[in-house]
Amino acid sequence: MSAQVEHKGTQAHLPPHPEKATMESRNKVLGFWFLIGAETVLFACLFGTYLALKDSTMGGPSTEELYQIPMVALATFILLTSSLTSVLGVLGIHRNNIKQVKLWFWVTVVLGAAFLGLEIYEFFEYVHEGHTFTSSAFGSAFYTLVGTHGSHVLFGITWIFCLLIQLSRRGLNMETAPKLYVASLYWHFVDVVWVFIFTVVYLMGKVG
Amino acid sequence: MATLVILIVFALFLTAIWTGGYDKQLLNRFRSHWLWDWITTVDHKKIGILYLIGGAFFFIIGGIEALLIRIQLLVPNNDFMVGDTFNELLSMHGTTMIFFVAMPLLFALMNVAVPLQIGARDVAFPFLNSLGFWLFLAGGILMNLSWIFGNAPDAGWTNYVPIASNEFSPGTGIDYYVLGLQISGIGTTMGGINFLVTIINMRAPGMSLLRMPMFTWTSFVASSLILFGFPPLTAGLFLVMFERLFGANFFDVAMGGNPVIWQHLFWIFGHPEVYIVILPAFGVMSDVISNFSKKRLFGYTSMVFATILIGFLGFMVWAHHMFTVGMGPVANSIFAVATMAIAVPTGIKVFNWLFTMWGGKIRFTTAMLWAVGFIPTFVMGGVTGVMLASPPADYQYHDSYFVVAHFHYVLIGGTVFGIFAGLYYWWPKMFGHKLGETLGKWHFGLFFIGFHLTFFIQHFIGLYGMPRRHFTYQPEDGLTTLNQISTVGAFFMAAGTIVWLINIIKSARSAIPAGNDPWDGRTLEWAISSPAPEYNFAQLPQVRSLDAFWFEKMEGNKKMIPAEPLGPIHMPSSTHWPFIMTIGFFISGLGFVFRSLEVGVLGLILVFLTMFIRSFEQDHGYHIELDEIEKTEKGANA
Repeated sequence: MSAQVEHKGTQAHLPPHPEKATMESRNKVLGFWFLIGAETVLFACLFGTYLALKDSTMGGPSTEELYQIPMVALATFILLTSSLTSVLGVLGIHRNNIKQVKLWFWVTVVLGAAFLGLEIYEFFEYVHEGHTFTSSAFGSAFYTLVGTHGSHVLFGITWIFCLLIQLSRRGLNMETAPKLYVASLYWHFVDVVWVFIFTVVYLMGKVG
Repeated sequence: MATLVILIVFALFLTAIWTGGYDKQLLNRFRSHWLWDWITTVDHKKIGILYLIGGAFFFIIGGIEALLIRIQLLVPNNDFMVGDTFNELLSMHGTTMIFFVAMPLLFALMNVAVPLQIGARDVAFPFLNSLGFWLFLAGGILMNLSWIFGNAPDAGWTNYVPIASNEFSPGTGIDYYVLGLQISGIGTTMGGINFLVTIINMRAPGMSLLRMPMFTWTSFVASSLILFGFPPLTAGLFLVMFERLFGANFFDVAMGGNPVIWQHLFWIFGHPEVYIVILPAFGVMSDVISNFSKKRLFGYTSMVFATILIGFLGFMVWAHHMFTVGMGPVANSIFAVATMAIAVPTGIKVFNWLFTMWGGKIRFTTAMLWAVGFIPTFVMGGVTGVMLASPPADYQYHDSYFVVAHFHYVLIGGTVFGIFAGLYYWWPKMFGHKLGETLGKWHFGLFFIGFHLTFFIQHFIGLYGMPRRHFTYQPEDGLTTLNQISTVGAFFMAAGTIVWLINIIKSARSAIPAGNDPWDGRTLEWAISSPAPEYNFAQLPQVRSLDAFWFEKMEGNKKMIPAEPLGPIHMPSSTHWPFIMTIGFFISGLGFVFRSLEVGVLGLILVFLTMFIRSFEQDHGYHIELDEIEKTEKGANA
């Protein structure tokens, strides 16, 4: 372990799977999987709350009237693509190619920001149509579920952005590589949650 | 709010006076102070001791609340603590005892014992471990500040809406509950993840899963319950917070909401929580009983199986707390059957403990007394549990003192007895000296008698019809004598606790060195010096059997066989960032309680800022060199 610590900054000694190379990085990855497990339960609870309250519109627009599938589909496409680009970034770690890592994680951040922009625009439109956080139980449940996902996206892009700064300063080493790997795990999780939101909230909201 | 500002300014003045003003040496003075060492520690044994101090502090507060409740119920129509004050007392008593006493005290034992029992040098995430402790303390202090500022939480520990909504509980009371639990809950989740990863990744060579001591096994299962059990509470608390602070409508029926959602979320957390606090106690009992019977634990594998099964079933039964809500006969029946099924693995455990003692060479030390006292007490709590699991009967018992008696039998008779057994058992490993055995037996005797005096009678108080959470009763109800007996019992328990505190002080004063292995132990923690050195094991041990240390003793070895050559040991550095991050959470919590969003957001910014700094910090720890290890090891053996 100490040998690897001393070689930080240089790229020559990075093992093929840095996320499994030391006890520290193995702990980090396993711990992160557990965190994802906990987050899954958290989102499951918010999904349950949403499903219980989605028809309580109190005279406001219903799910069929409200949701605009084309725009949400575009957001879905953007977010799923960003998941792919983060995979390409991790492949770069395994190939020890810092340029590839930087490029693809930057693309991931940009796509994440684009998704967030679309979501904020969507929320603005809904508020315009009288569907707000306080207007009904449906509104509260909708914004809590989708907003919690949105805040996860925001946290994710900020996190990857910080890691990119560290990457430029310190290069790809036994410290930065596992961090990026874990961040991409998180990013996939945020994506999977969105797939469920797209299905359960938007598509099922349309068919009623 | 003004009170708060005055208090903060006052505290700053005091700090300035104490530290001699803000000069250049201030920081150095801080750093060389012994308190700084404790604030920044990432050593799991020290964090365990911090958890112990925090838990004991809240135990005394929660105990005083219990005594006040019992004094109010001493005579009919008493006017000592009535109405809102009584509601606040019972809410704070329940919440404090579960979240700020049972959990931290178990975390204290887990922190001290688990890494030692699996032959690890530390936990997987020392930083998170420290952060988890400080968040627990911040949450506990935040909630108890409500006593100072007035308007404490008053909707019971279950915080049911709509009682907990703005309409029926105006003011800041419930906000203390919501934010205090949210903050300490984050810390608990971190603790759970930490122990899961530690136990999976960091076991010594040869320590296969089925060679792990029972306490480690139960801590493992309890940690996975924390992992999946706490997020529903987090979600539920967010919903209540949004409803109270930002006008959301999750629970407001007039706006299309549904209050039963809170009940579901709370009990999806709340029922696993019961097993989170009982399973580690089961583990302590297993280790203690096996140790003081000088026998291998009877049916070790079935014990592991039963633990996992209890953990699994613990998630399947939450709605038995809601039989009277009106879920219908089908749902009630399913949850009733699932609940009764838990009695099977629990029964396996009870018989295994009995068979471990059978034919053993039993030594009745204080730790063993707690364990032996635990078995019948817990069985009684379990039997009333099965009674309550039957929906038709539950319609009678629901919200009566029968329920109060039941859960005190399992929580005190199970968890608290387990914690005391564990503390008497591991005290030498934590501090280097035993707790006094004579005073320990007084402690056990007073507490045990007091406990049964207080709560056995409450079964009957409940069956005679006294509802829980009511501040009075009438003379013609025929409950006066029973309540008085119960109150007398509570004072016996208080006396027992005072004896415990005296015992701690007395044995710390004399501090007779206990030696490495005072109980003729079986597991790895007894193979190293007492108190354990900061690196735990100079050489990681090679584990060759269940009860690894006992196996080596039987082979004629005095020590464990090392699995690695002696070399420099890598250690994580102390860090103050967990403490700073916690201050951020605390400020944020206080801000939201006082409905000042600016302060709330400011605190959160501090939290994210410290996360940012921590991410950019490069700290690879330090090494303890060979000669230093050799010196420590020699000193310990001399």
